[in-house]
Amino acid sequence: MKPRAGTLFAAAAPAAFLLAAPFFLSTYWVMILTEILTMSLFAMSFNLLFGYTGLLSFGQAGIFGAGGYFAVLSLIHGPSSLWAAFAAALLGSAFLSMIIGWFCVRRDEIYFAILTLGFGMMLFTVAHNWRSLTGGSDGLGGFTLPPLDLLFWRGSLADPRHFYFLVLGVVFLGALLLYRMVHSPFGLLLRSIRENTQRLSFVGADVRAVRLCAFVVAGTLAGLAGVLFALFNRIASPEMLHWSFSGKAVLMTILGGSGVLFGPAVGAAIFYVLEHVITAHTTNWMVFLGAILVVLVLAFPRGVLGSLLHLAARRRGRPRP
Amino acid sequence: METFLANLFNGLSWGMLLFLISIGLTIIFGVMGVLNFAHGSLFMLGAYLCMQFVRWTGSFWTGLLLGPPLVAALAVAIERFFLRPLYGRDVSLQLLLTFGLMLFLDDGVRLIWGAAYHVVQPPDALSGSVAIFSQSYPLYRLFLVVLGPLAGLALWAFFTFTLWGKLLRAAAMDRQMAEIVGVRVPVLFTAVFAFGAWLAAVGGALAAPHQSVGPAMGERIIIESFIVVVIGGMGSFPGAFVGALILGLLNSFGTTFFPQVQMALPYILLAGILLTRPRGLFGAES
Repeated sequence: MKPRAGTLFAAAAPAAFLLAAPFFLSTYWVMILTEILTMSLFAMSFNLLFGYTGLLSFGQAGIFGAGGYFAVLSLIHGPSSLWAAFAAALLGSAFLSMIIGWFCVRRDEIYFAILTLGFGMMLFTVAHNWRSLTGGSDGLGGFTLPPLDLLFWRGSLADPRHFYFLVLGVVFLGALLLYRMVHSPFGLLLRSIRENTQRLSFVGADVRAVRLCAFVVAGTLAGLAGVLFALFNRIASPEMLHWSFSGKAVLMTILGGSGVLFGPAVGAAIFYVLEHVITAHTTNWMVFLGAILVVLVLAFPRGVLGSLLHLAARRRGRPRP
Repeated sequence: METFLANLFNGLSWGMLLFLISIGLTIIFGVMGVLNFAHGSLFMLGAYLCMQFVRWTGSFWTGLLLGPPLVAALAVAIERFFLRPLYGRDVSLQLLLTFGLMLFLDDGVRLIWGAAYHVVQPPDALSGSVAIFSQSYPLYRLFLVVLGPLAGLALWAFFTFTLWGKLLRAAAMDRQMAEIVGVRVPVLFTAVFAFGAWLAAVGGALAAPHQSVGPAMGERIIIESFIVVVIGGMGSFPGAFVGALILGLLNSFGTTFFPQVQMALPYILLAGILLTRPRGLFGAES
């Protein structure tokens, strides 16, 4: 019974912290936490492809940013409704990832990485150059943030704490979907693609279709995270689509651990905290990040959360004296 | 006619630099199976070292001669201590490692030399401009255009006639077979990585008077050279040459004739080639 109680506590403690945080943290840290949650969803969507399906995408930011643009465009040209903006972004990014995925899942390993990078940069170019629609390099802002309209409650999203709970809710739903997905037979199928593509196709699975499915789910969730990011910053900007932004998801995932569902979320938290600590002393924090990534890849490829869980599992497995 | 020629020379000179970096990228991939994300950073390091030598000695040629070997020495260390433990493991780990190295080097350069752009004057013999069809054109760019085919020819001769060139090709073709007939593959790997880095740094040093030297130059060229090696065919030498020319020309003519979509052209080309000829223009069929 003992390890079970431990697992329960490990799940309940972070949840309790996230729910209670806005009541004791300063507004500044609530906003940091909002960003961490948003990036967690983005990185977890990336990890559905990387950690579970074995596909390293360097174009995830393209769909993430597109989601942000869809939402902002819907708010500017369409109804001033939060749910309409979410719907537009979800449909848009699902459609976009269906098209891009259809091309990309034909190849794997390095070719997949380069293809996704190429498509992501195509989207970046559209956002950067189509001035009349996207505002070009200035980004697309200047919209009014609609109120949060739940059937029983209505509040302004200008309050950072209200916004935090919106993000928490959306990220929770996204994480729940991912959790159900990787623990379903479909999740097993994904992992078997990662382990041995050939064997899987021999037993009759349509590898491309399964990969495309994962690509669309990952893309849609990335687009959802993009909406939160654009609304939080009150602007959708081309940098959101650049490949170096995809690199952030990669870094967070490696930091936290690609083999665990919540690894990327832990990685996102470490990423932001480290950024804060290091940029207080120097602006060149990428030097540190690069060095950390090299050390992690060489010595701890499981990442922080992955290594901790591995350690815990080993200790539990050891027979008691 | 004038715009056409100007575009042609601009495209060829950029293509020539792309070729120098892509050939290293493609050999490293062909022999070692590693896609080196940090290759653009080595190119950038070549440019910065050249600039530093110009500052110290006032001579561009010293920079061109002394900078690249230093970068090659760094590459030896990278291969021995960072890449070697990862051979035989997941391919994406190698990609991630070189990605980390890229972040480290790009920002490290910013730490040492600052974020500002620097200008390197071309050497006296190659400064000034020449008149072509009543239009003046910088001599240094013409020098790069001429140097391109010469470098290609020298590399071709190296790969065709010298022992090391043949060893490299053998290892690229079939690593296991090369090992069986007695090639010391670990030494070869180090040499390949250092040679590729040296070529990239030479490209960087040559690029220094051609464009401004800044911390973003590595990031720009690595993406373009990825596209070059993929459309040319991973591990193919003629592919790297043709791919670099295509991309260089696409860059200059695209800017003149399709300024709106120019930035997207390389990616559209990449997607088109990968879908119709998955192994690239010169890639071997498996």
